Amino acid sequence: AMAEAAGSGTGGSPEPGPGPGSGWRRPHGPLQRYYGPSAAETAEAAPDPADINGPHFDPEVFLNKVRSECPLGQLLAREAALGREIRALDSDMQTLLYENYNKFISATDTIRKMKVDFRRMEAEMDDLAANMAAISTSSARVSAALQDRHRRGAQLAGVQALLRKLQSLVEVPGRLRRWAAPGAEPARALRCHARARAVLRHYRHLPSFRAIEDESQAIMAELAQRLRARLRDETLEPKELSECVEMLLQLEEPPEELCQEFLSHAGARLEAELAALEAELPPADPPSGTAATPPPASDILDFVDRGSSSFVGTLCLLATSYRSLFQGHPGAGGGRLESFAATLTNRYFQLLERRLALERGLGDTSLLVRALDRFHRRLRARVQRYLRALQTFFLGCLGDVRQALAAPRPPGKEGPGLPDLLATLAASVLGQLKAVLAYVQLFTARDVAFASLPYFKGEFCVAAVREGLVVAFLRWLCRTARAFAESPPERGAPAAPPALLLLLARLCLDYEATTVSYVLTLTDEQFPPQDGDPAVTPAAELCAEARAAAQRLLDHYVQVQGAAVAQMLRKSVETRDWLGTVEPRNVRAVMKRVVEDITAIDVQVGQLFEEGVRRAQSSDSSRRAFSVYSSSRAPGRYAPSYTPSAPMDTHLLSNIQKLFSERIDIFSPVEFNKVSVLTGIIKISLKTLLECVRLRTLGRFGLQQVQVDGHYLQLYLWRFAADERVVQGLLDEVAASAAHRCLDPVPMEHSVVELICERG
Amino acid sequence: LSSSAALEGKGQLKFTSGRWSPHHNCTQIATANDTTVRGWDTRTMRQIYCIENAHGQLVRDLDFNPNKQYYLASCGDDCKVKFWDTRNVTEPVKTLEEHSHWVWNVRYNHSHDQLILTGSSDSRVILSNMVSISSEPFGHMVDDDELSDQEDQHQEEKVKEPLQDSVIATYEEHEDSVYAVEWSSADPWLFASLSYDGRLVINRVPRALKYHILL
Repeated sequence: AMAEAAGSGTGGSPEPGPGPGSGWRRPHGPLQRYYGPSAAETAEAAPDPADINGPHFDPEVFLNKVRSECPLGQLLAREAALGREIRALDSDMQTLLYENYNKFISATDTIRKMKVDFRRMEAEMDDLAANMAAISTSSARVSAALQDRHRRGAQLAGVQALLRKLQSLVEVPGRLRRWAAPGAEPARALRCHARARAVLRHYRHLPSFRAIEDESQAIMAELAQRLRARLRDETLEPKELSECVEMLLQLEEPPEELCQEFLSHAGARLEAELAALEAELPPADPPSGTAATPPPASDILDFVDRGSSSFVGTLCLLATSYRSLFQGHPGAGGGRLESFAATLTNRYFQLLERRLALERGLGDTSLLVRALDRFHRRLRARVQRYLRALQTFFLGCLGDVRQALAAPRPPGKEGPGLPDLLATLAASVLGQLKAVLAYVQLFTARDVAFASLPYFKGEFCVAAVREGLVVAFLRWLCRTARAFAESPPERGAPAAPPALLLLLARLCLDYEATTVSYVLTLTDEQFPPQDGDPAVTPAAELCAEARAAAQRLLDHYVQVQGAAVAQMLRKSVETRDWLGTVEPRNVRAVMKRVVEDITAIDVQVGQLFEEGVRRAQSSDSSRRAFSVYSSSRAPGRYAPSYTPSAPMDTHLLSNIQKLFSERIDIFSPVEFNKVSVLTGIIKISLKTLLECVRLRTLGRFGLQQVQVDGHYLQLYLWRFAADERVVQGLLDEVAASAAHRCLDPVPMEHSVVELICERG
Repeated sequence: LSSSAALEGKGQLKFTSGRWSPHHNCTQIATANDTTVRGWDTRTMRQIYCIENAHGQLVRDLDFNPNKQYYLASCGDDCKVKFWDTRNVTEPVKTLEEHSHWVWNVRYNHSHDQLILTGSSDSRVILSNMVSISSEPFGHMVDDDELSDQEDQHQEEKVKEPLQDSVIATYEEHEDSVYAVEWSSADPWLFASLSYDGRLVINRVPRALKYHILL
């Protein structure tokens, strides 16, 4: 009964459901196709008549299936759901219809409006077409009417131009004659002729033109003649010479001939100048040995200046004009110029050398470089070459100084003193720097068009001149000076002589003190930097570099000299037989050598550096009691007797003493005065002696010999040192170490020691 | 006496110092005579390399780097300590100029070869840290899988740059020339120095540096 009721229940209720549902389902089809899932999905789904959403839906089948499968509750739920869905779909469809309906209406309105507008436009277009037709016809008529006149007008204009040209041509001879007359302006004549020449040549076949051409040719030939005559004139200035040659070139004279003429004329002129310079020199072979040669009329620097300004200036001017003139012409051999220049400059240098040989002064090897510099017109390259020229000059100076120092002094003639050398070195370098600056200034003055550009000025003045040239040179100077101090002597390369080191040290010091600032202010005056330029190197930096270089050089000098003396001492200690030596009768020769060397160094350093401060010596310093025992140091409480137990006491005492005395720094940096330098050297030598003595075993007489030597050194070296206690202390150490190394330490009597030293 | 070699040349040539090389299976010796350092092969008694003009004057002492095969240190009377690579003897790898008189001794630490001890007759003992030419120029490197996560992050944060060479300490306890310095074989952080006045001073490497090297 329940099942039946369920079955009838299920059979009853869904019947009205699918009825209206299936009726509504038909319009759903196309809409669903448009909006619904993709065709692929529906195609792939198996044709299922019971599928309510499928295309093959069969209501009978569906109903049967549902009735058989689902329980009552589910059927009721299904019906409610279906009803809901139907209502939803209904409202959707209405919305869609409304929207689309509005769109259709508006579309129709728009189209109607467009139709109206187009009709109006069409009318206007027709009017326009009619007007255009009318305009074109009338314009055609107008141009036809004016055609004729136009043609005639053009023709007349052409004729007039031609006539004007002809007239100018006809006037050419007259003008040429006027301008080519002696004393007038040949330049204008040339220009005029150049212009006319082309035309004349083209129309040569016409007799009238021919006449004109011939006449002008004649005049120009005459002009050329005159120019040539002028060319041969001796008193011609180089500028005028170049002008002449330029004009002759324009006149199509053969360039080779002109080359020759130019060079010969220039040569004559330069020869004249060289002769003038030569006249100042005394004759080439002075009688040897005597000082019969009269003192040269002018100072060496003066000579160089005059020579460079007149000779080199002329030469450079000529060379540049030659280059510019004959550049475009092939076959006008630059080689000829070079050979020409070379011969002349060689002669110049010969003269220079002769002049210089008299004074043993400093060579000017850079002039050639500078002269050749000018043949190029590149800014930076030029400035850099100046720099290199300065460098080579400085190296040349140094080389000469070295030669001067190393050259054996001829008998009877004093070699150049160190201060003189220094003065000349410094002065010449400075002079050279100034000269180079002047040359560079000349360059800026000449190229006026360039110089007026502020960009050029700023960059050139600051970057190129100040930084590139001056600062770079100063830096390079410091660097090379320092390089002397640094490299150890390599195989084959000779080490720098110590005097050179000293000289360079002094030079750097002077540079740091005064010269750097002077040079920089000078540069700034001549080449004022603009505002907003890249940073310039301040003078303080360069001064610091110079000082550092000077310090290194001086330290190195001290080391080198100290090493030389130390080597002597070391060799003397190592090669002597200390065990079997005899009783000392005199001071060893090597000690005397040492004292002599140190005296010589003292003199040498004294020439360049000032004395320095020394500690005030006590009154009995030169006669201080010198003994192995520390009795002189102790307050006198310990008896100066030597017993086997005493070594402990003296040793302990010396240690305690050392605690209170200052430690001696052997290789400390040296100050810029003579006393400090010598103290450094003495310290190095004595310390070496100490270390060497400690490595040997001495016999009794060996110890006594050491004692004698030590006393001798102390007698003579105390006055060189800044603090005599240093010398004293080191020598005491030597003696103490010798005593420790001695097999039979019996010191000599002090009075005997003094006697020997005074005798030696 | 198993084998001998003679030095040929002008004048009286003397050997001033010699040292066995700890590498190469004990077949190499380095000697110093005057200003030259020579390396010899004891199997053939021939010269392997020759460092000319090692120091301006006398070469006083040599030492081999215990961890790096070809490295050698020498010191001399020009107050410098120079480190050489024996494969390229034209130029020293490094030069130390800390002393103001002759350097009598140079010693590498046996285990940490960046610690160098030098003693000189200016009465000073200088301990230097030559990291850039040691066997660990970047400090102590640890394998990644040995680290835990936390340590890993720390390691990444540290910037891997070669450490700078420097003088660690200058010991001025002596009053006279120091003629010998040695490292202790028992404790790699102890060293002793002996001076002319009979003073023996024993020192340690500063603790901060020790921990820095170890960790």
